[in-house]
Amino acid sequence: MSEPYQTPARTAELSLSKLTVSFDGVTVLHGVDLSVGKGEALGLVGESGSGKSVTWLAALGLLPGKAKITGSARLDGMELIGAKPETLDTVRGGRVAMIFQDPTSALNPVLKVGRQIGEALALHRGLSGAAIRAEAKRLFDLVGIPDAERRLSAYPHEFSGGQNQRVMIAMALAGAPDILVADEPTTALDVTIQAQILDLINTVRREMGMALVLISHDLGVIAETCDRVAVMYAGRIVEEAPASALFAAPHHPYARGLLHSLPPLGGERRKLVSIPGVVPDPRALPHGCAFAPRCPQVSEACLSAPPALRGVGDARRLACVLEARTVPLRAFEAA
Amino acid sequence: MLRFIAIRLGRAMITIALVVTFAFIVLRLSGDPAQIILGPEAPPEAVAAFRKAWGLDDPLWLQYFHYFGAIIQGELGRSMRDGRAAIELVAERIPVTLALTLPALAIKIGLGIPAGIYAALHRGSLADRVVMMLSVAGFTIPSFVLGLTLVLIFAVKLGWLPSGGQDSWRHAILPVLTLGIGGAAVLARFTRSAMLEVLGQPFIRTASAKGVPWRDVIVGHALPNAAIPTVTIVGFMIGTLIAGAVVVESVFSWPGVGRLLVVAVANRDLAVVQCILLLVAATMVTSNLIVDFLYGFLDPRLRQNPGKAS
Repeated sequence: MSEPYQTPARTAELSLSKLTVSFDGVTVLHGVDLSVGKGEALGLVGESGSGKSVTWLAALGLLPGKAKITGSARLDGMELIGAKPETLDTVRGGRVAMIFQDPTSALNPVLKVGRQIGEALALHRGLSGAAIRAEAKRLFDLVGIPDAERRLSAYPHEFSGGQNQRVMIAMALAGAPDILVADEPTTALDVTIQAQILDLINTVRREMGMALVLISHDLGVIAETCDRVAVMYAGRIVEEAPASALFAAPHHPYARGLLHSLPPLGGERRKLVSIPGVVPDPRALPHGCAFAPRCPQVSEACLSAPPALRGVGDARRLACVLEARTVPLRAFEAA
Repeated sequence: MLRFIAIRLGRAMITIALVVTFAFIVLRLSGDPAQIILGPEAPPEAVAAFRKAWGLDDPLWLQYFHYFGAIIQGELGRSMRDGRAAIELVAERIPVTLALTLPALAIKIGLGIPAGIYAALHRGSLADRVVMMLSVAGFTIPSFVLGLTLVLIFAVKLGWLPSGGQDSWRHAILPVLTLGIGGAAVLARFTRSAMLEVLGQPFIRTASAKGVPWRDVIVGHALPNAAIPTVTIVGFMIGTLIAGAVVVESVFSWPGVGRLLVVAVANRDLAVVQCILLLVAATMVTSNLIVDFLYGFLDPRLRQNPGKAS
């Protein structure tokens, strides 16, 4: 790594409240309340279709026009939902940058990577000409792309997937953002590369004092990286807690199910358990708790209305009628 | 790169040879040029003399052999009708046809591509539906119907423009419109779908996510990608510049290459037909070559090594 990055002394806090998204009358996000503090690493876990990505795309105005968005997303008190395009253009890339799952298709195939990075440098740092080239080269060095000078003139198809994700990270860093939203950044990559990319994200985050929102369905990835974790299910946050607390003692039956479907790293070997059933169709959600049909501890109280997210203990929020009771593993096995 | 060009040129030669052969067979088997040119009442001696003069009594394979050999030597033969060199007859018609097809190409590109882009950017809007409706109409209405409709409106009813002939630039307006509108409709449709395809790609979202204003996302990121499929259609249109106006020239009595072709086919005037077909094949092949090189220019994935690109 080259010399440390000059971090602008800005404190960013992005807070979402009652964020709701619907497509063609089908609600896929049911009022999400979530915030990211300055320099914090927040993990967002859940199955595909649980609304992890949509939450952040909605906050940044990146959903297609037919998406109906209500609620609020405030960045340092500035409302992003319904903000003017010019405002959003300075926020995107400049305050909040995003990287995506499949880096190769996320880069424009007909433009040189140097130009794609240069675009962000020109937009958010006001650089031009030789300064762009120099800064792009520095970013390439920073993210560990060898032979940076020459590689800036290459096209995305001349890079491997892992290298393209490094390019994406360099591009995200170009605007010196306060928050990096990484949407499944390692899912499309080889396992060995995954660890390298995660290390890189962690390193640049620390060096730049950037907040990180890590979206993943891989609990291992989240556990390694994040300070705080929010678990999403069917367009709602069902549990949120400091990472250590959540992994030590998940409260929501869904969170427990997720954790129990992973092999333990130490101790006795046990049989892996799976969560029975499938994620409900957003067009036909259960009347009450969306997890009720798959929940081993479902009761009458679960079926009337979706439980609200409420504080439990010091730093935990939970959307379940059960009060922090343990769910025996056998409950999942039996189902 | 040199090998690539050599392969392309070799393939082009084969294409042209096939076209020439096919035309020879079809024209020779479908009627006797001597009878047609001299008329049904011609005395048998005259017919015999004509046949002898043009080598029509030789076996077909020998005629083909002579004919093909001549073409290879650059000798395209003479018109059986008036004895002039076929190439000369055709060459003097080319500018006449281009006077229609070049302005029409400008209309196709100038109208079709912007309309397609606009429709894609306003997908589902009233404008999109109108553009698509007009496009289907332009796509499906045969050019002679469109041409005659325009004549009916602008020449017969309104009397603004002449209905046929080639006396002034005003005579060119209706045939140019007829050619241009249909092509613009085709191009609008292709451009729209190419744009929609590109706008759905993840790299468009990436560009927005890094703060590129929407207008620049369209111009800088979407258009260069959408240009790749669109160029194919434009290339095809360039290939029809010479002989793409056969029907329209006939409708508007425009004495271009297309009209010459119709007359020559009717007369079984082989040398002239062959000459035109050769020209058409050559323009088609050339425009295909141009498109291939443009691909390499527009799409870096095809550039370095056509064999290696995945």
